[in-house]
Amino acid sequence: MSSLKYRTIKDKTFFYVTCFLASLTVVPLFAIIWELIKKGYKQINWNFFTESAPSTLDAMLARNTGDIIPGGIANGITGTLLMVVLAAIIAIPIGILVGIHLSEHPKTKFSYITRFLTDLIQGSPSIVIGIIAYAWIVKPIGSYSALAGSVALSIMMLPLIVRSTEETLKMLPGSLKEAGLALGASYTSVILKVLLPAAFGGLFTGILLAISRVMGETAPLMLTALGSTTINWDIVKPTSAVPLLIWEFYNDPNLIDMIWSSSLFLLILILSLNIIAKQIAKKWRIQ
Amino acid sequence: MRDIIFKRLLSICCILILLISAGMIYSLVSGSLSAFGHYGFFQFIGSTEWNPHPDRETYGALSFIVGTLLTSFLALIFCIPFSLPVALFTGEFFRGKKIASFISSIIDLLAGIPSIVYGLWGFYTFRPLIIEMGVNAQGFGILTSSIILAIMIIPYASSLSGEFISMVPNELKEAAYSLGATRYEVIRSVTFPAAGSGVFASYILALGRALGETMAVTMLIGNTNNLPTSLADTGNTMASIIANQFGEADGLKLSSLIAIGLLLFLITAIINLVAKLVIKKLN
Repeated sequence: MSSLKYRTIKDKTFFYVTCFLASLTVVPLFAIIWELIKKGYKQINWNFFTESAPSTLDAMLARNTGDIIPGGIANGITGTLLMVVLAAIIAIPIGILVGIHLSEHPKTKFSYITRFLTDLIQGSPSIVIGIIAYAWIVKPIGSYSALAGSVALSIMMLPLIVRSTEETLKMLPGSLKEAGLALGASYTSVILKVLLPAAFGGLFTGILLAISRVMGETAPLMLTALGSTTINWDIVKPTSAVPLLIWEFYNDPNLIDMIWSSSLFLLILILSLNIIAKQIAKKWRIQ
Repeated sequence: MRDIIFKRLLSICCILILLISAGMIYSLVSGSLSAFGHYGFFQFIGSTEWNPHPDRETYGALSFIVGTLLTSFLALIFCIPFSLPVALFTGEFFRGKKIASFISSIIDLLAGIPSIVYGLWGFYTFRPLIIEMGVNAQGFGILTSSIILAIMIIPYASSLSGEFISMVPNELKEAAYSLGATRYEVIRSVTFPAAGSGVFASYILALGRALGETMAVTMLIGNTNNLPTSLADTGNTMASIIANQFGEADGLKLSSLIAIGLLLFLITAIINLVAKLVIKKLN
Protein backbone atom coordinates (compact mmCIF):
# COMPACT_ATOMS: atom_id res chain seq x y z
CA MET A 1 0.00 0.00 0.00
CA SER A 2 1.50 3.26 -1.05
CA SER A 3 1.56 6.21 1.31
CA LEU A 4 -1.33 8.61 1.56
CA LYS A 5 0.72 11.50 0.26
CA TYR A 6 1.71 9.60 -2.87
CA ARG A 7 -1.90 8.62 -3.52
CA THR A 8 -3.14 12.18 -3.08
CA ILE A 9 -0.54 13.51 -5.48
CA LYS A 10 -1.48 10.86 -8.02
CA ASP A 11 -5.13 11.78 -7.63
CA LYS A 12 -4.48 15.50 -8.06
CA THR A 13 -2.19 14.95 -11.06
CA PHE A 14 -4.80 12.80 -12.74
CA PHE A 15 -7.43 15.47 -12.17
CA TYR A 16 -5.35 18.30 -13.59
CA VAL A 17 -4.11 16.29 -16.57
CA THR A 18 -7.71 15.33 -17.37
CA CYS A 19 -8.87 18.93 -17.18
CA PHE A 20 -5.95 20.09 -19.28
CA LEU A 21 -6.53 17.53 -22.03
CA ALA A 22 -10.27 18.14 -22.00
CA SER A 23 -9.79 21.86 -22.42
CA LEU A 24 -7.31 21.23 -25.25
CA THR A 25 -10.11 19.68 -27.33
CA VAL A 26 -11.82 23.07 -27.42
CA VAL A 27 -8.84 24.48 -29.34
CA PRO A 28 -9.54 23.05 -32.84
CA LEU A 29 -12.99 24.67 -33.05
CA PHE A 30 -11.66 28.12 -32.29
CA ALA A 31 -8.53 27.58 -34.38
CA ILE A 32 -10.66 26.67 -37.39
CA ILE A 33 -13.08 29.57 -36.92
CA TRP A 34 -10.21 32.00 -36.39
CA GLU A 35 -8.39 30.81 -39.49
CA LEU A 36 -11.51 31.13 -41.64
CA ILE A 37 -12.29 34.64 -40.36
CA LYS A 38 -8.71 35.80 -40.75
CA LYS A 39 -8.38 34.62 -44.32
CA GLY A 40 -11.96 34.91 -45.49
CA TYR A 41 -13.44 38.18 -44.30
CA LYS A 42 -11.86 40.21 -47.13
CA GLN A 43 -13.82 38.39 -49.81
CA ILE A 44 -17.20 38.75 -48.15
CA ASN A 45 -19.14 41.64 -49.63
CA TRP A 46 -22.46 42.17 -51.33
CA ASN A 47 -21.32 40.63 -54.63
CA PHE A 48 -20.27 37.53 -52.78
CA PHE A 49 -23.94 36.70 -52.23
CA THR A 50 -25.40 37.92 -55.51
CA GLU A 51 -22.96 36.82 -58.20
CA SER A 52 -22.02 33.40 -59.52
CA ALA A 53 -18.60 31.89 -59.12
CA PRO A 54 -15.98 33.69 -61.24
CA SER A 55 -14.19 32.03 -64.11
CA THR A 56 -10.56 31.08 -63.69
CA LEU A 57 -9.51 33.84 -66.10
CA ASP A 58 -11.29 36.64 -64.22
CA ALA A 59 -9.84 35.40 -60.97
CA MET A 60 -6.34 35.29 -62.46
CA LEU A 61 -6.62 38.84 -63.80
CA ALA A 62 -7.80 40.09 -60.43
CA ARG A 63 -4.99 38.30 -58.67
CA ASN A 64 -2.42 39.80 -61.00
CA THR A 65 -3.60 43.33 -60.25
CA GLY A 66 -3.82 42.53 -56.56
CA ASP A 67 -7.60 43.05 -56.35
CA ILE A 68 -9.96 40.77 -54.53
CA ILE A 69 -11.47 38.15 -56.77
CA PRO A 70 -14.72 39.34 -58.38
CA GLY A 71 -17.88 37.29 -58.20
CA GLY A 72 -19.39 35.24 -55.44
CA ILE A 73 -21.06 31.99 -54.62
CA ALA A 74 -24.66 32.78 -55.55
CA ASN A 75 -24.90 29.65 -57.70
CA GLY A 76 -23.77 27.60 -54.71
CA ILE A 77 -26.14 29.27 -52.26
CA THR A 78 -29.16 28.80 -54.53
CA GLY A 79 -28.13 25.22 -55.29
CA THR A 80 -27.72 24.35 -51.61
CA LEU A 81 -31.08 25.98 -50.89
CA LEU A 82 -32.79 24.10 -53.71
CA MET A 83 -31.36 20.70 -52.79
CA VAL A 84 -31.75 21.02 -49.02
CA VAL A 85 -35.36 22.21 -49.33
CA LEU A 86 -36.18 19.42 -51.75
CA ALA A 87 -34.48 16.87 -49.49
CA ALA A 88 -36.41 18.20 -46.50
CA ILE A 89 -39.70 17.96 -48.41
CA ILE A 90 -38.95 14.31 -49.16
CA ALA A 91 -37.52 13.31 -45.80
CA ILE A 92 -39.60 15.20 -43.20
CA PRO A 93 -43.08 13.67 -43.82
CA ILE A 94 -41.74 10.13 -44.20
CA GLY A 95 -39.42 10.51 -41.23
CA ILE A 96 -42.11 11.87 -38.93
CA LEU A 97 -44.64 9.20 -39.94
CA VAL A 98 -42.10 6.40 -39.40
CA GLY A 99 -41.18 7.97 -36.05
CA ILE A 100 -44.87 8.00 -35.05
CA HIS A 101 -45.20 4.35 -36.01
CA LEU A 102 -42.13 3.37 -33.99
CA SER A 103 -43.31 5.20 -30.87
CA GLU A 104 -46.87 3.88 -31.22
CA HIS A 105 -45.80 0.27 -31.70
CA PRO A 106 -42.44 0.13 -29.92
CA LYS A 107 -42.21 -3.62 -29.46
CA THR A 108 -43.50 -5.29 -32.62
CA LYS A 109 -41.15 -7.26 -34.81
CA PHE A 110 -41.90 -4.92 -37.69
CA SER A 111 -40.73 -1.97 -35.59
CA TYR A 112 -37.54 -3.76 -34.59
CA ILE A 113 -36.72 -4.37 -38.23
CA THR A 114 -37.54 -0.79 -39.18
CA ARG A 115 -35.39 0.54 -36.36
CA PHE A 116 -32.52 -1.74 -37.33
CA LEU A 117 -32.69 -0.60 -40.95
CA THR A 118 -32.90 3.04 -39.91
CA ASP A 119 -29.67 2.55 -37.98
CA LEU A 120 -28.16 0.81 -40.99
CA ILE A 121 -28.98 3.77 -43.23
CA GLN A 122 -27.71 6.21 -40.63
CA GLY A 123 -24.42 4.37 -40.38
CA SER A 124 -23.81 4.24 -44.12
CA PRO A 125 -20.94 6.42 -45.28
CA SER A 126 -22.11 9.49 -47.18
CA ILE A 127 -20.11 8.53 -50.25
CA VAL A 128 -21.96 5.21 -50.44
CA ILE A 129 -25.25 7.09 -50.33
CA GLY A 130 -23.88 9.17 -53.19
CA ILE A 131 -23.33 5.97 -55.20
CA ILE A 132 -26.90 4.87 -54.44
CA ALA A 133 -28.42 8.16 -55.58
CA TYR A 134 -26.24 7.94 -58.68
CA ALA A 135 -27.60 4.49 -59.46
CA TRP A 136 -31.20 5.47 -58.72
CA ILE A 137 -31.49 8.89 -60.33
CA VAL A 138 -28.43 9.92 -62.36
CA LYS A 139 -28.21 6.72 -64.42
CA PRO A 140 -31.92 6.51 -65.41
CA ILE A 141 -32.15 10.25 -66.22
CA GLY A 142 -28.81 10.19 -67.95
CA SER A 143 -27.59 13.41 -66.39
CA TYR A 144 -26.34 14.70 -63.07
CA SER A 145 -29.09 16.65 -61.37
CA ALA A 146 -30.26 18.58 -58.33
CA LEU A 147 -32.91 15.90 -57.87
CA ALA A 148 -30.26 13.20 -57.46
CA GLY A 149 -28.41 15.40 -54.97
CA SER A 150 -31.52 15.95 -52.91
CA VAL A 151 -32.42 12.27 -52.94
CA ALA A 152 -28.96 11.54 -51.52
CA LEU A 153 -29.38 14.23 -48.87
CA SER A 154 -32.89 13.05 -48.00
CA ILE A 155 -31.65 9.49 -47.43
CA MET A 156 -29.13 10.95 -44.99
CA MET A 157 -31.76 13.11 -43.24
CA LEU A 158 -34.37 10.38 -42.95
CA PRO A 159 -32.88 8.32 -40.09
CA LEU A 160 -32.06 11.45 -38.08
CA ILE A 161 -35.67 12.65 -38.30
CA VAL A 162 -37.09 9.19 -37.55
CA ARG A 163 -34.95 8.92 -34.44
CA SER A 164 -35.66 12.41 -33.10
CA THR A 165 -39.41 12.00 -33.71
CA GLU A 166 -39.47 8.66 -31.91
CA GLU A 167 -37.44 9.93 -28.95
CA THR A 168 -39.56 13.07 -28.61
CA LEU A 169 -42.90 11.26 -28.78
CA LYS A 170 -41.65 8.72 -26.25
CA MET A 171 -41.01 11.51 -23.75
CA LEU A 172 -44.60 12.79 -23.88
CA PRO A 173 -46.75 11.61 -20.97
CA GLY A 174 -49.19 8.84 -21.88
CA SER A 175 -51.99 10.75 -20.18
CA LEU A 176 -51.92 13.28 -23.02
CA LYS A 177 -53.00 10.69 -25.54
CA GLU A 178 -55.50 9.09 -23.16
CA ALA A 179 -57.13 12.45 -22.43
CA GLY A 180 -57.57 13.06 -26.14
CA LEU A 181 -59.05 9.62 -26.73
CA ALA A 182 -61.31 9.94 -23.68
CA LEU A 183 -62.81 13.12 -25.14
CA GLY A 184 -63.88 11.02 -28.10
CA ALA A 185 -61.32 12.28 -30.58
CA SER A 186 -60.28 9.81 -33.23
CA TYR A 187 -56.86 8.18 -33.16
CA THR A 188 -55.75 10.23 -36.14
CA SER A 189 -56.77 13.56 -34.66
CA VAL A 190 -55.19 12.72 -31.30
CA ILE A 191 -51.87 12.10 -33.03
CA LEU A 192 -52.04 14.98 -35.46
CA LYS A 193 -53.69 17.58 -33.21
CA VAL A 194 -52.48 16.63 -29.74
CA LEU A 195 -49.25 14.66 -29.84
CA LEU A 196 -47.50 16.35 -32.76
CA PRO A 197 -48.15 19.93 -31.55
CA ALA A 198 -46.98 18.93 -28.07
CA ALA A 199 -43.84 17.42 -29.58
CA PHE A 200 -43.26 20.30 -31.98
CA GLY A 201 -40.16 21.66 -30.24
CA GLY A 202 -38.41 18.31 -30.29
CA LEU A 203 -39.38 17.59 -33.87
CA PHE A 204 -38.24 21.02 -35.00
CA THR A 205 -34.88 20.57 -33.27
CA GLY A 206 -34.40 17.21 -34.96
CA ILE A 207 -35.23 18.66 -38.36
CA LEU A 208 -32.86 21.61 -37.92
CA LEU A 209 -30.04 19.32 -36.82
CA ALA A 210 -30.68 17.02 -39.78
CA ILE A 211 -30.59 20.00 -42.16
CA SER A 212 -27.39 21.33 -40.65
CA ARG A 213 -25.86 17.87 -40.94
CA VAL A 214 -26.53 17.50 -44.68
CA MET A 215 -25.84 21.11 -45.60
CA GLY A 216 -22.08 20.64 -45.41
CA GLU A 217 -22.03 17.33 -47.25
CA THR A 218 -19.74 17.33 -50.24
CA ALA A 219 -19.01 13.73 -51.14
CA PRO A 220 -22.53 12.57 -52.11
CA LEU A 221 -23.10 15.72 -54.14
CA MET A 222 -19.94 15.13 -56.16
CA LEU A 223 -21.49 11.92 -57.48
CA THR A 224 -24.99 13.34 -57.97
CA ALA A 225 -25.32 17.10 -58.44
CA LEU A 226 -21.85 17.55 -59.96
CA GLY A 227 -21.89 21.38 -59.97
CA SER A 228 -22.69 24.18 -62.37
CA THR A 229 -21.20 27.55 -63.18
CA THR A 230 -24.50 29.40 -63.29
CA ILE A 231 -27.53 29.69 -61.06
CA ASN A 232 -29.81 26.76 -61.81
CA TRP A 233 -33.34 26.17 -60.54
CA ASP A 234 -34.13 23.20 -62.81
CA ILE A 235 -34.15 20.07 -60.69
CA VAL A 236 -33.12 17.73 -63.51
CA LYS A 237 -29.99 19.71 -64.42
CA PRO A 238 -26.56 19.69 -62.76
CA THR A 239 -26.51 22.11 -59.86
CA SER A 240 -23.86 23.61 -57.68
CA ALA A 241 -23.79 23.82 -53.89
CA VAL A 242 -21.62 25.74 -51.46
CA PRO A 243 -19.51 22.72 -50.44
CA LEU A 244 -19.13 21.73 -54.10
CA LEU A 245 -17.89 25.24 -54.89
CA ILE A 246 -15.36 25.00 -52.07
CA TRP A 247 -14.10 21.78 -53.62
CA GLU A 248 -13.84 23.45 -57.06
CA PHE A 249 -12.02 26.46 -55.64
CA TYR A 250 -9.66 24.15 -53.79
CA ASN A 251 -8.73 22.43 -57.03
CA ASP A 252 -8.20 25.65 -58.99
CA PRO A 253 -5.04 27.57 -58.03
CA ASN A 254 -6.48 30.86 -59.32
CA LEU A 255 -9.60 30.65 -57.21
CA ILE A 256 -7.91 29.48 -54.05
CA ASP A 257 -8.63 32.76 -52.23
CA MET A 258 -12.34 32.07 -52.49
CA ILE A 259 -12.25 28.93 -50.35
CA TRP A 260 -11.91 30.82 -47.08
CA SER A 261 -14.87 33.12 -47.54
CA SER A 262 -17.07 30.29 -48.82
CA SER A 263 -16.05 28.02 -45.95
CA LEU A 264 -16.64 30.83 -43.46
CA PHE A 265 -20.12 31.37 -44.87
CA LEU A 266 -20.93 27.64 -44.78
CA LEU A 267 -19.56 27.20 -41.27
CA ILE A 268 -21.47 30.19 -39.86
CA LEU A 269 -24.66 28.90 -41.46
CA ILE A 270 -24.24 25.39 -40.08
CA LEU A 271 -23.07 26.36 -36.62
CA SER A 272 -25.89 28.89 -36.16
CA LEU A 273 -28.45 26.28 -37.24
CA ASN A 274 -26.88 23.96 -34.68
CA ILE A 275 -26.98 26.53 -31.91
CA ILE A 276 -30.57 27.55 -32.69
CA ALA A 277 -31.62 23.90 -32.64
CA LYS A 278 -29.97 23.33 -29.25
CA GLN A 279 -31.58 26.47 -27.81
CA ILE A 280 -35.02 25.32 -28.94
CA ALA A 281 -34.36 21.91 -27.43
CA LYS A 282 -33.38 23.48 -24.13
CA LYS A 283 -36.47 25.71 -23.97
CA TRP A 284 -38.76 22.93 -24.95
CA ARG A 285 -37.45 20.61 -22.28
CA ILE A 286 -38.10 23.08 -19.47
CA GLN A 287 -41.80 23.43 -20.29
CA MET B 1 -62.23 5.06 -41.68
CA ARG B 2 -59.71 7.90 -41.43
CA ASP B 3 -57.97 6.01 -38.69
CA ILE B 4 -57.51 2.97 -40.88
CA ILE B 5 -56.09 5.06 -43.70
CA PHE B 6 -53.76 6.83 -41.27
CA LYS B 7 -52.52 3.57 -39.78
CA ARG B 8 -51.97 2.20 -43.27
CA LEU B 9 -50.01 5.32 -44.11
CA LEU B 10 -47.76 4.79 -41.09
CA SER B 11 -47.07 1.20 -42.09
CA ILE B 12 -46.45 2.19 -45.70
CA CYS B 13 -43.81 4.70 -44.60
CA CYS B 14 -42.09 1.98 -42.57
CA ILE B 15 -42.20 -0.30 -45.58
CA LEU B 16 -40.60 2.55 -47.50
CA ILE B 17 -37.62 2.34 -45.12
CA LEU B 18 -37.46 -1.38 -45.87
CA LEU B 19 -37.56 -0.67 -49.58
CA ILE B 20 -34.88 2.01 -49.35
CA SER B 21 -32.48 -0.30 -47.52
CA ALA B 22 -33.26 -3.21 -49.84
CA GLY B 23 -32.79 -0.90 -52.82
CA MET B 24 -29.47 0.32 -51.47
CA ILE B 25 -28.13 -3.19 -51.11
CA TYR B 26 -29.56 -4.23 -54.46
CA SER B 27 -28.00 -1.29 -56.29
CA LEU B 28 -24.61 -1.82 -54.68
CA VAL B 29 -24.59 -5.56 -55.36
CA SER B 30 -25.87 -5.34 -58.91
CA GLY B 31 -23.45 -2.53 -59.68
CA SER B 32 -20.47 -4.46 -58.42
CA LEU B 33 -21.38 -7.83 -59.98
CA SER B 34 -19.35 -7.27 -63.13
CA ALA B 35 -16.18 -6.44 -61.16
CA PHE B 36 -16.61 -9.45 -58.87
CA GLY B 37 -17.53 -11.61 -61.86
CA HIS B 38 -14.47 -10.51 -63.80
CA TYR B 39 -11.87 -10.89 -61.07
CA GLY B 40 -13.55 -13.14 -58.55
CA PHE B 41 -14.61 -11.88 -55.13
CA PHE B 42 -11.52 -12.89 -53.18
CA GLN B 43 -9.16 -12.00 -55.99
CA PHE B 44 -10.66 -8.51 -56.03
CA ILE B 45 -10.31 -8.06 -52.28
CA GLY B 46 -6.84 -9.54 -52.18
CA SER B 47 -5.21 -7.70 -55.06
CA THR B 48 -3.26 -4.47 -54.64
CA GLU B 49 -3.15 -3.76 -58.36
CA TRP B 50 -5.05 -0.66 -59.53
CA ASN B 51 -4.24 -0.08 -63.16
CA PRO B 52 -6.72 1.83 -65.31
CA HIS B 53 -4.60 1.45 -68.46
CA PRO B 54 -7.14 0.53 -71.21
CA ASP B 55 -5.34 -2.60 -72.47
CA ARG B 56 -4.55 -4.28 -69.18
CA GLU B 57 -7.18 -2.99 -66.80
CA THR B 58 -6.80 -4.59 -63.41
CA TYR B 59 -8.51 -3.47 -60.26
CA GLY B 60 -8.08 -4.70 -56.71
CA ALA B 61 -9.26 -3.24 -53.45
CA LEU B 62 -6.63 -4.35 -50.95
CA SER B 63 -4.59 -1.12 -50.86
CA PHE B 64 -7.69 0.89 -50.15
CA ILE B 65 -9.05 -1.50 -47.55
CA VAL B 66 -5.71 -1.33 -45.76
CA GLY B 67 -5.64 2.46 -46.15
CA THR B 68 -9.12 2.77 -44.66
CA LEU B 69 -8.47 0.45 -41.73
CA LEU B 70 -5.06 1.98 -41.02
CA THR B 71 -6.26 5.60 -40.96
CA SER B 72 -9.39 4.79 -38.97
CA PHE B 73 -7.71 2.71 -36.29
CA LEU B 74 -4.90 5.24 -35.95
CA ALA B 75 -7.48 8.01 -35.65
CA LEU B 76 -9.20 6.00 -32.94
CA ILE B 77 -5.94 5.61 -31.03
CA PHE B 78 -5.05 9.28 -31.42
CA CYS B 79 -8.46 10.41 -30.22
CA ILE B 80 -8.46 8.40 -26.98
CA PRO B 81 -6.10 10.71 -24.99
CA PHE B 82 -8.45 13.60 -25.67
CA SER B 83 -11.92 12.11 -25.82
CA LEU B 84 -11.51 10.07 -22.64
CA PRO B 85 -10.59 13.14 -20.54
CA VAL B 86 -13.56 14.97 -22.07
CA ALA B 87 -15.84 12.08 -21.13
CA LEU B 88 -14.45 12.06 -17.57
CA PHE B 89 -14.70 15.83 -17.39
CA THR B 90 -18.36 15.95 -18.40
CA GLY B 91 -19.49 12.63 -16.94
CA GLU B 92 -17.55 12.43 -13.69
CA PHE B 93 -15.58 15.44 -12.42
CA PHE B 94 -18.02 18.18 -13.38
CA ARG B 95 -21.19 16.18 -13.91
CA GLY B 96 -24.23 18.45 -14.12
CA LYS B 97 -22.15 21.62 -13.71
CA LYS B 98 -22.30 24.56 -16.11
CA ILE B 99 -18.71 24.13 -17.25
CA ALA B 100 -19.44 20.54 -18.28
CA SER B 101 -22.37 21.54 -20.46
CA PHE B 102 -20.27 24.36 -21.91
CA ILE B 103 -17.47 21.98 -22.87
CA SER B 104 -19.83 19.39 -24.27
CA SER B 105 -21.73 21.91 -26.37
CA ILE B 106 -18.44 23.20 -27.81
CA ILE B 107 -17.43 19.62 -28.61
CA ASP B 108 -20.85 19.08 -30.21
CA LEU B 109 -20.17 22.02 -32.49
CA LEU B 110 -16.96 20.29 -33.53
CA ALA B 111 -19.19 17.54 -34.93
CA GLY B 112 -21.06 20.15 -36.96
CA ILE B 113 -18.03 21.37 -38.91
CA PRO B 114 -18.25 20.02 -42.47
CA SER B 115 -15.68 17.47 -43.53
CA ILE B 116 -14.41 19.69 -46.33
CA VAL B 117 -13.61 22.51 -43.88
CA TYR B 118 -11.58 20.07 -41.78
CA GLY B 119 -9.81 19.13 -44.97
CA LEU B 120 -8.94 22.73 -45.77
CA TRP B 121 -7.76 23.37 -42.25
CA GLY B 122 -5.66 20.23 -42.33
CA PHE B 123 -4.23 21.16 -45.71
CA TYR B 124 -3.28 24.78 -44.95
CA THR B 125 -2.61 24.79 -41.22
CA PHE B 126 -1.74 21.32 -40.17
CA ARG B 127 0.16 20.01 -43.19
CA PRO B 128 2.95 22.64 -42.87
CA LEU B 129 3.51 21.40 -39.31
CA ILE B 130 3.90 17.84 -40.56
CA ILE B 131 6.40 19.01 -43.17
CA GLU B 132 8.32 20.92 -40.53
CA MET B 133 8.46 17.86 -38.34
CA GLY B 134 10.07 16.10 -41.25
CA VAL B 135 7.63 13.23 -41.52
CA ASN B 136 7.59 13.51 -45.27
CA ALA B 137 8.25 16.13 -47.91
CA GLN B 138 4.73 16.96 -49.01
CA GLY B 139 3.05 16.51 -45.68
CA PHE B 140 0.37 14.26 -47.15
CA GLY B 141 -0.19 10.76 -45.97
CA ILE B 142 -1.64 8.29 -43.52
CA LEU B 143 -0.39 10.14 -40.44
CA THR B 144 -1.72 13.56 -41.48
CA SER B 145 -5.15 12.27 -42.38
CA SER B 146 -5.51 10.13 -39.29
CA ILE B 147 -4.69 13.03 -36.97
CA ILE B 148 -7.36 15.19 -38.62
CA LEU B 149 -9.74 12.21 -38.53
CA ALA B 150 -9.02 11.87 -34.81
CA ILE B 151 -10.12 15.46 -34.22
CA MET B 152 -13.25 14.80 -36.28
CA ILE B 153 -14.33 11.78 -34.24
CA ILE B 154 -13.61 13.22 -30.78
CA PRO B 155 -17.21 14.46 -30.40
CA TYR B 156 -18.68 11.07 -31.34
CA ALA B 157 -16.37 9.19 -29.00
CA SER B 158 -16.66 11.55 -26.05
CA SER B 159 -20.34 12.43 -25.90
CA LEU B 160 -21.66 8.88 -25.72
CA SER B 161 -18.91 7.57 -23.45
CA GLY B 162 -19.43 10.57 -21.16
CA GLU B 163 -23.06 9.54 -20.86
CA PHE B 164 -22.11 5.99 -19.94
CA ILE B 165 -19.62 7.25 -17.36
CA SER B 166 -22.23 9.52 -15.79
CA MET B 167 -24.65 6.59 -15.57
CA VAL B 168 -22.42 4.61 -13.18
CA PRO B 169 -24.50 4.30 -9.97
CA ASN B 170 -23.46 6.59 -7.15
CA GLU B 171 -23.72 3.79 -4.54
CA LEU B 172 -20.87 1.93 -6.20
CA LYS B 173 -18.63 4.96 -6.12
CA GLU B 174 -19.65 5.92 -2.61
CA ALA B 175 -18.82 2.43 -1.39
CA ALA B 176 -15.31 2.86 -2.72
CA TYR B 177 -14.98 6.37 -1.26
CA SER B 178 -16.07 5.10 2.13
CA LEU B 179 -13.22 2.59 2.00
CA GLY B 180 -10.87 5.53 1.68
CA ALA B 181 -10.21 5.45 -2.05
CA THR B 182 -9.14 8.63 -3.80
CA ARG B 183 -11.09 9.89 -6.79
CA TYR B 184 -8.49 8.52 -9.19
CA GLU B 185 -8.72 5.10 -7.57
CA VAL B 186 -12.51 5.22 -7.76
CA ILE B 187 -12.38 6.06 -11.45
CA ARG B 188 -9.84 3.36 -12.17
CA SER B 189 -11.36 0.56 -10.15
CA VAL B 190 -15.10 1.38 -10.14
CA THR B 191 -16.11 3.81 -12.89
CA PHE B 192 -14.11 2.28 -15.71
CA PRO B 193 -14.99 -1.34 -15.02
CA ALA B 194 -18.68 -0.41 -14.64
CA ALA B 195 -18.87 1.87 -17.68
CA GLY B 196 -16.24 -0.02 -19.65
CA SER B 197 -18.33 -1.80 -22.23
CA GLY B 198 -20.41 1.31 -22.86
CA VAL B 199 -17.26 3.34 -23.41
CA PHE B 200 -15.97 0.57 -25.67
CA ALA B 201 -19.19 0.69 -27.70
CA SER B 202 -18.98 4.44 -28.16
CA TYR B 203 -15.45 4.06 -29.49
CA ILE B 204 -16.61 1.45 -31.96
CA LEU B 205 -19.32 3.84 -33.15
CA ALA B 206 -16.69 6.55 -33.54
CA LEU B 207 -14.61 4.08 -35.55
CA GLY B 208 -17.61 3.57 -37.82
CA ARG B 209 -17.68 7.32 -38.40
CA ALA B 210 -13.98 7.41 -39.24
CA LEU B 211 -14.26 4.56 -41.76
CA GLY B 212 -16.73 6.44 -43.93
CA GLU B 213 -15.15 9.89 -43.78
CA THR B 214 -14.47 11.10 -47.27
CA MET B 215 -13.55 14.68 -48.01
CA ALA B 216 -11.01 15.50 -45.32
CA VAL B 217 -9.15 12.27 -45.98
CA THR B 218 -9.28 12.76 -49.75
CA MET B 219 -7.61 16.13 -49.34
CA LEU B 220 -4.88 14.90 -47.02
CA ILE B 221 -3.93 11.32 -47.78
CA GLY B 222 -2.03 12.02 -50.98
CA ASN B 223 -4.12 9.87 -53.33
CA THR B 224 -1.67 7.27 -54.52
CA ASN B 225 -2.82 3.77 -55.38
CA ASN B 226 -0.13 1.86 -53.56
CA LEU B 227 -0.29 -0.27 -50.45
CA PRO B 228 0.73 1.97 -47.53
CA THR B 229 3.54 0.40 -45.52
CA SER B 230 4.43 3.14 -43.05
CA LEU B 231 2.77 6.08 -41.36
CA ALA B 232 4.56 8.56 -43.58
CA ASP B 233 3.31 6.82 -46.72
CA THR B 234 0.70 8.29 -48.95
CA GLY B 235 -2.23 6.12 -49.97
CA ASN B 236 -5.94 6.14 -50.57
CA THR B 237 -8.92 5.01 -48.54
CA MET B 238 -11.98 3.27 -49.95
CA ALA B 239 -13.98 6.48 -49.64
CA SER B 240 -11.30 8.68 -51.15
CA ILE B 241 -10.69 6.49 -54.21
CA ILE B 242 -14.42 6.61 -54.94
CA ALA B 243 -14.51 10.38 -54.48
CA ASN B 244 -11.48 10.82 -56.71
CA GLN B 245 -12.24 8.52 -59.58
CA PHE B 246 -16.00 8.03 -59.72
CA GLY B 247 -16.61 11.03 -61.97
CA GLU B 248 -14.59 9.82 -64.93
CA ALA B 249 -15.16 6.11 -64.47
CA ASP B 250 -17.18 3.77 -66.63
CA GLY B 251 -17.39 0.08 -67.42
CA LEU B 252 -15.22 -2.17 -65.34
CA LYS B 253 -13.69 0.69 -63.37
CA LEU B 254 -17.11 2.04 -62.39
CA SER B 255 -18.14 -1.43 -61.30
CA SER B 256 -14.94 -1.82 -59.28
CA LEU B 257 -15.57 1.49 -57.54
CA ILE B 258 -19.13 0.45 -56.71
CA ALA B 259 -17.72 -2.85 -55.41
CA ILE B 260 -15.43 -0.86 -53.12
CA GLY B 261 -18.51 1.10 -52.03
CA LEU B 262 -20.26 -2.17 -51.23
CA LEU B 263 -17.29 -3.38 -49.18
CA LEU B 264 -17.16 -0.08 -47.32
CA PHE B 265 -20.88 -0.31 -46.65
CA LEU B 266 -20.47 -3.84 -45.29
CA ILE B 267 -17.51 -2.96 -43.07
CA THR B 268 -19.27 0.05 -41.50
CA ALA B 269 -22.49 -1.93 -41.11
CA ILE B 270 -20.67 -4.69 -39.23
CA ILE B 271 -18.81 -2.21 -37.02
CA ASN B 272 -22.04 -0.36 -36.18
CA LEU B 273 -23.84 -3.63 -35.54
CA VAL B 274 -21.19 -4.74 -33.05
CA ALA B 275 -21.47 -1.41 -31.20
CA LYS B 276 -25.27 -1.63 -31.10
CA LEU B 277 -25.11 -5.20 -29.76
CA VAL B 278 -22.75 -4.16 -26.97
CA ILE B 279 -25.02 -1.25 -26.03
CA LYS B 280 -28.10 -3.44 -26.17
CA LYS B 281 -26.52 -5.97 -23.84
CA LEU B 282 -25.91 -3.17 -21.34
CA ASN B 283 -29.55 -2.12 -21.21
